[in-house]
Amino acid sequence: MEPVNAIELRNITKRFGNIVANNKVNLDIRRGEILSLLGENGSGKTTLMNMISGIYFPDEGQIFVNGEEVTIASPKDAFDLGIGMIHQHFKLVDVLTAAENIILGLEGEGRLNKKSVSKKVREISSKYGFNIDPEKKIYDMSVSEKQTVEIVKVLYRGADILILDEPTAVLTPQETDKLFEVLKNMKNDGKAVVIITHKLNEVMAISDRVSVLRKGEYIATVETKDTDPQQLTDMMVGRAVSLDIDRPDVKDPEDRIIVKNLTCINNEGVKTLDDVSFIARGGEILGIAGISGSGQRELLESIAGMERVKSGEVYYVPPKEDKKVSLIGKTPLEIRNLGVSLSFVPEDRLGMGLVGSMDLVDNMMLRSYRKGKGPMADRKAPKKLAETIVERLEVVTPGVFTPVKNLSGGNVQKVLVGREISSSPTVLMAAYAVRGLDINSSYTIYRLLNEQKQQGVAVIYAGEDLDVLLQLCDRILILCGGKVSGIVDARQTTKEEVGLLMTHLKAGAAE
Amino acid sequence: MGNIIMNLIVAAVLAGTPLLFGTLGEILTEKSGNLNLGVEGMMFMGSIAGLAGAMKYEAVAANPSGSVAVLVAIICAFGCGVLGALIYSIITVTLRANQNVTGLALTIFGTGFANFFGEVLGNNAGGYAAVGDVVKAGFSNVNIPVLSSIPVIGRLVFSYNSLVYVGIITAIIIAVLLNKTRIGLNLRAVGENPSTADAAGINVTKYKYLATCIGGGICGIGGMYVSMVTCSGIWVHNCVSGKGWIAVALVIFAIWRPKRALLGGLIFGLLSIMRLYIPLKIPMQIYDIFPYIATIIVLIAISLRRKRENQPPASLGLAYFREER
Repeated sequence: MEPVNAIELRNITKRFGNIVANNKVNLDIRRGEILSLLGENGSGKTTLMNMISGIYFPDEGQIFVNGEEVTIASPKDAFDLGIGMIHQHFKLVDVLTAAENIILGLEGEGRLNKKSVSKKVREISSKYGFNIDPEKKIYDMSVSEKQTVEIVKVLYRGADILILDEPTAVLTPQETDKLFEVLKNMKNDGKAVVIITHKLNEVMAISDRVSVLRKGEYIATVETKDTDPQQLTDMMVGRAVSLDIDRPDVKDPEDRIIVKNLTCINNEGVKTLDDVSFIARGGEILGIAGISGSGQRELLESIAGMERVKSGEVYYVPPKEDKKVSLIGKTPLEIRNLGVSLSFVPEDRLGMGLVGSMDLVDNMMLRSYRKGKGPMADRKAPKKLAETIVERLEVVTPGVFTPVKNLSGGNVQKVLVGREISSSPTVLMAAYAVRGLDINSSYTIYRLLNEQKQQGVAVIYAGEDLDVLLQLCDRILILCGGKVSGIVDARQTTKEEVGLLMTHLKAGAAE
Repeated sequence: MGNIIMNLIVAAVLAGTPLLFGTLGEILTEKSGNLNLGVEGMMFMGSIAGLAGAMKYEAVAANPSGSVAVLVAIICAFGCGVLGALIYSIITVTLRANQNVTGLALTIFGTGFANFFGEVLGNNAGGYAAVGDVVKAGFSNVNIPVLSSIPVIGRLVFSYNSLVYVGIITAIIIAVLLNKTRIGLNLRAVGENPSTADAAGINVTKYKYLATCIGGGICGIGGMYVSMVTCSGIWVHNCVSGKGWIAVALVIFAIWRPKRALLGGLIFGLLSIMRLYIPLKIPMQIYDIFPYIATIIVLIAISLRRKRENQPPASLGLAYFREER
């Protein structure tokens, strides 16, 4: 029997100004199955799904739901058709409780009946295996709890077509497993599930079919069981790409950053870093692993001079010199001038380092405007730099004078990392540099980090993907609740060992 | 001594009521994410519209009654406040212009509007615009049988003009609306995070328009209180004179809560009449800055405590556009 398609898209086209985000895309979404929508950054995955969920309106093309052509002009239309989308950037109101967020915008009796809402939320939770407290405020929640609220929200509205936009980007491996369990329960319940992702191992693990988009064009749909990661990558990128990460051997390492007994306290008086000691060496990549919020950000920022240090020492050893420079008390600018560079990619990608409404050239100038002579700004050098980055990192943009916020997330990140590397630092700290990046761009970034390492730069890389950390780094420092729970040799260790250290402090684990 | 304190409290309530209306209107407006700095302007518009309405009613009615005059004045002031807020909404919500600039323009517009029509009204009436005794009586203190004659309490609770009670009831209605109803929940979501509200199927534009316009209407009633009660139904040039700005500050003092607006209105009313009741041998201007000093202290206290519930609506002052990237 021919399965009934929950949604059919025919020749969907969407443009943003000059950028064609989707060009004549066709797609079928079926019930009782999990479809992966795979594509690089800027390939139009999210845009396409936003048109199904009523955020954007297509310029051309038709949408069929259950075989009938529909017009989805607003998110409400989408709900009425049983379509629910879990956005990458959660759409939740921080100061409201989980239950309040869940019933937001729903029609019903005027007076709020919080008890009955809580009851129904618990019913849904137990049906699919969630764990959620309806009375908890969103701002008290972890990322994975917020995601759970989002999923319950669409289920509460009776959605039977669920779209998840990069749901695992911010989850730990354990949380991801839990989410996948839930998704499988939904699939078995006859719901249609679409998951937008660029993580191939997840595609292989969870989906029944895979649809690939490339540069806004629909490429093909394949059965997951008939394909493999290599074939998918080739379809996604359009040419053969090697899936192995290089790890050149370490040559003549020299101590570059020495951190001793570093302790930091945040505004609430909680220790964010507790007695952290380690050495980062030139010519090697030091990975930093840990559950999000374990002190990674504070550690890197205290080296960069942006975090107030309670106690402890941070020294910088300039190359080929036999002296130690204390970085404590220096301003971020002084530290940067020593050659210590930090590129931090926050969850919203913009915010640290780039100004959304400024174009690429002006963003380059944020680092170089002090160099010019006289009162006039020199735009030639930054323009050239921007052009180089666009070319080398394959940034998809109409030009270097396009505001950064108009680029897709991954391309924004390439611009940020590219600019930091271009200042030829002696210490390069990259935090979450591939957060949300597709496979091809991620590998470009890994290649750049390796190039820096081979030039003798001390690279500190804070990452989320354990597989990558294990393949890319020479040593991995694991943080757990602000403490160092271990520093391991990435060539010797296993994923399980690192995973365990992320959640448990082991006495005497530090080498 | 007891008598002095009682007089002080009664005077504070009377002086605080226009502030209360302005504050309540602006709380409702800001809860939708619109920072309308035009409170002063809308109060001015309400002040002249209320007076004009009452005068017109007095002129056409064969047998004018005080309470009907109050009703007419409320409706006219509310309508004129809505008109001001509607202009603001079209410019900021539909055309997505800067809210601060638009609000300031509305203040200037409303001030000029009221003073212009105040002069016109005065010229037509031959000298100055004023209502007659019957209408004026409608705005004077009520006398509730039994209740008003209870010692102390009768004076403190049951001796004010009807608009004071309208203000208190409005505060309670808005408090219930915001905290206990679906509409209130949706409105708060619009002010906190419009894109979330939109994705949840809430009509953001509708909520912003309605909250802002009704808020503007309530501000208008506050202005009408100034012309009809404070100025006893006579048009006084520039009569609102900064009360709208104190109301904007009071919104912060009240940390966007209608019930705290009641307390805030009372305290700021007290601060504004203090020079008449508590002589401290300091220049009058010093008295005038008390409300503003209080506002600054509250602002500092709120930002120090950093409690999430006490912060302004997160999207306050920002225009919303669904397809913005």
